[in-house]
Amino acid sequence: MFILKILIRNAFRHKLRTLLTILGITVAILAFGLLRTFINAWYGGVEASSASRLVTRSSISLIFHLPLSYKDKIRQVDGVKTVSWGTWFGGVYIDEKNFFANFAVDAKSYLELYPEFLLSPEETTAFLRDRKGFVAGRKLAKRFGWKIGDTVTLRGTIYPGNWDFVLRGIYRGRNETIDETQFFFHWDYLNEMMKKRGSARADQAGWYMVGVTRPDRATEVALAIDRTFKNSLAETLTETEKAFQLSFISMSETIIMAIELVSFVVIIIIIAVVANTMSMTYRERIGEYAIFKTLGYRGWRIAGMIVGESMIITLIGSFLGIVLTFPVAGIVGKMLSNYFPVFNVAEEAIYMDLAASIIIGLIAAIVPTYRSVRIRIADGLRRIG
Amino acid sequence: MPLSYSIRNLWTRRLTTILTASGMALVVFVFAAMLMLAQGLQKTLVETGSSDNVVVIRKGSATEVQSGVDRYQASIVETQPEVAIGEDGQPFLAKESVVIISLHKRGTKQENYITIRGIGKSSLALRPQVRLIEGRLPRLGTSELIAGRSLAERFEGSGLGETLRFGLREWKVVGVFDAGNTGFNSEVWGDADQLMQTFRRYAYSSVIFKLRDPSQFDMVKKRIENDPRLTLEAKRENRYYAEQSEMMATFLRILGTSLTIIFSLGAIIGAMITMYAAVSTRTSEIGTMRALGFQRKSILSAFLFEALLLGLIGGLIGLFFASFLRFLTVSTMNFQTFSELAFDFTLTFDIAWKAIAFSLIMGFVGGVLPAVRASRMNIIESLRAT
Amino acid sequence: MAPIVEIINVSKSYWRGNRAIPVLVDINLSIAEGEFLALMGPSGSGKSTLLNLIAALDHVDSGAIQVGGIDITALSENELAEWRAVNVGFIFQFYNLIPVLTAFENVELPLLLTGLSRRQRNEHVEMALRIVNLEERMDHYPAQLSGGEQQRVAIARAIVTDPVILVADEPTGDLDKVAAREILELMDRLNRESHKTIIMVTHDPRAAEKARVIRRLEKGFLNDVHSQDPH
Repeated sequence: MFILKILIRNAFRHKLRTLLTILGITVAILAFGLLRTFINAWYGGVEASSASRLVTRSSISLIFHLPLSYKDKIRQVDGVKTVSWGTWFGGVYIDEKNFFANFAVDAKSYLELYPEFLLSPEETTAFLRDRKGFVAGRKLAKRFGWKIGDTVTLRGTIYPGNWDFVLRGIYRGRNETIDETQFFFHWDYLNEMMKKRGSARADQAGWYMVGVTRPDRATEVALAIDRTFKNSLAETLTETEKAFQLSFISMSETIIMAIELVSFVVIIIIIAVVANTMSMTYRERIGEYAIFKTLGYRGWRIAGMIVGESMIITLIGSFLGIVLTFPVAGIVGKMLSNYFPVFNVAEEAIYMDLAASIIIGLIAAIVPTYRSVRIRIADGLRRIG
Repeated sequence: MPLSYSIRNLWTRRLTTILTASGMALVVFVFAAMLMLAQGLQKTLVETGSSDNVVVIRKGSATEVQSGVDRYQASIVETQPEVAIGEDGQPFLAKESVVIISLHKRGTKQENYITIRGIGKSSLALRPQVRLIEGRLPRLGTSELIAGRSLAERFEGSGLGETLRFGLREWKVVGVFDAGNTGFNSEVWGDADQLMQTFRRYAYSSVIFKLRDPSQFDMVKKRIENDPRLTLEAKRENRYYAEQSEMMATFLRILGTSLTIIFSLGAIIGAMITMYAAVSTRTSEIGTMRALGFQRKSILSAFLFEALLLGLIGGLIGLFFASFLRFLTVSTMNFQTFSELAFDFTLTFDIAWKAIAFSLIMGFVGGVLPAVRASRMNIIESLRAT
Repeated sequence: MAPIVEIINVSKSYWRGNRAIPVLVDINLSIAEGEFLALMGPSGSGKSTLLNLIAALDHVDSGAIQVGGIDITALSENELAEWRAVNVGFIFQFYNLIPVLTAFENVELPLLLTGLSRRQRNEHVEMALRIVNLEERMDHYPAQLSGGEQQRVAIARAIVTDPVILVADEPTGDLDKVAAREILELMDRLNRESHKTIIMVTHDPRAAEKARVIRRLEKGFLNDVHSQDPH
């Protein structure tokens, strides 16, 4: 491709400047990609949520528990297939800094309801059989070097005391949107201890997870469940898992909006930088473009050369930026692993990167292109000598 | 070389100067914003609570919400000799119950979690930074509430005269209080016993008391924590609240730092492009000045000064815009306490000079290589350039 | 008059890869104080190179150059810079004024390297501008001046430190006939009335006419002396 060769040679005529411009674009695309990944990670739970699962919790707030007796009533609601329940344990592993989600669940129904947590049949059996057993996600086990059979102690914050658990299974997520940092154990174990201590917290569930027979009945079933418990001592609020996740996200909405804003401002600034470079280059080459015109090249051909050069620089830069996004996201993800269990570069972010770079390349070339099409041969030639 | 040389050169190539400076301004803006946010967060939580007060919660619980202090234990705490005696001759102490409820922001259907605190007689007095600004105090034994100003402004049903509905009861907001810059501004307060009844809680969340003598903290802490009848821990009130922001502060710091690093790389590159171009355009000038007898280091410092000036301009612009952030209030959920927290961006002198220093460093790093190139040019070759 | 510039056995070559291309071969030249010398020759003859060496802008490969009694070939880079500031005045073909400085400030530039106070500097600058007849335009920027005016500013800059020698490289190369004549008359006046030693490289025969001595360079070699009366 002869044209490509010319464009590349032209672009690299001024090696240092071109290299710096490419580097600048790389950095900007990297920043943009990272920001989109942030936003994506925030919505992580939403991605992984299922349309055929509901969450039922106290209508006052998540910190209030529901009676265990609700499980049967919920099961009787039309459209309900599976009922499971869980309670947030909030235990600390050695140090508060090692934060991860840990909670008690009704094991059998929970695993049924969450087929995306992949466990081998042996692990499942072992877990179900051991009252003190727990299951951890692959990333979590790796982080602390836990092996099957290890005893792990959590210090209770809500449920005081030191609690021992034995690792019986390590689950893998079915796809990369699944959180692999969870720690769950038997609700019965927790409840027994509460009953023994005579705690008011016995026979209470933090929330119920409900599987519906058909996703399109989700809303209807949710309303039906809430109606069942209306005007009782513990009123409920039932919503789809997705809505439940979204409601948490919206509580941090301000920060998310700020990040979105910044990501777009980045693009604007980089357009300015590339445009600056292109116009510098153009100013130097005005004479040449005039000569092209004397040779019979029409305006649009010259425009094509300018745009082509701009695009080449931009695309090389964004390619590098996209490639770098992965390792950098990996590092940042590790630093933020306490907050974001899933921190992946989404396909969507890459497409946005590409779109952004094409836009940058085009806009940056606008003014020089316009000028080159309009330039009068005589003016241009005068500038050479 | 006269300083006006550098200044005028920046002015002559105005467009480029503005573009490059804008890039730097953006970086400084993000940098300053991040510092201001962290500072605002810290200020809010540090000012929340005083070092003369002690918060007693159950051992191992990080927050009041998780904690439970039963009546028996609370009464033991009440008998500690370090507890100050109030004006009424009673211990200057309050037993409080803290839970989280969800309320809608005005105009949206979206739920947010907010903290509701059941207070005792002395609760208000224990917190002199809290002042009633509208209405009156709630009568104990009733379902009356007072709301913090941040909350009353933003949440449905929490303004003066409005009613909140939860726990199958109606609660009337009879007053609004201002707690300055503290987290209390995002809370609703009501009678502890009434609230505990409604939520069927049989234990308090925490006990707060004023120290008779602030230096006696360690003594009472030791006694409470070693008492076999008690499973409690004691912290100074301000320290307790500061710890609650750590996770959030760390998060903001990581986010802000990674963004700042990446952006600053971009800004430095932008500065380099600009300065290299400047050097290249002025090659014959450089040759002339060397011919006239200016030393290499004069040339170096002239261009370096130009780059620093570029950085400074960017820094001032960025700081200028960042200072407007002070008018914004951030309302978000504190991950640790699980409830609403509102705080401002706070600009301090420390942050301002750090931002300017940062912009100067960016200017320097961006300009040093081009400046060195300018100073090392061969005189004859540069004179030949036009 | 005593020689102010002594060029002794000077040779210089340029390097292309590892090939040395000789530009000046064993040059010996004496320039008397108050002389007005024109160096002429075809393109590539080395005349500009010789000028650069005299002005201490470049280094000899072998030989020595003495200006005003000082062996400039023995000075370090920094010492040369200091020496140039006070002892050499430059006049370039393309004026080489700093575009962001006014005429006054351009002329002041060399004085900033001396220890003179602001008042003293102002006096010198005004005097230099008076000599070249540009006092009323001293606050204008180069872009606002014509070619001839710009060259006059350059000349003012060249004489403001009262240098030992004035060095001019194609001073009329970029000027029209009228402006060129003005500049040459100015240089002539400086030489005759102020006794300034001028060494000029040119291939403009009109410029050469003004000089008192003409030397020709061909392929790096200096030809015989060619004296002439000014007219």
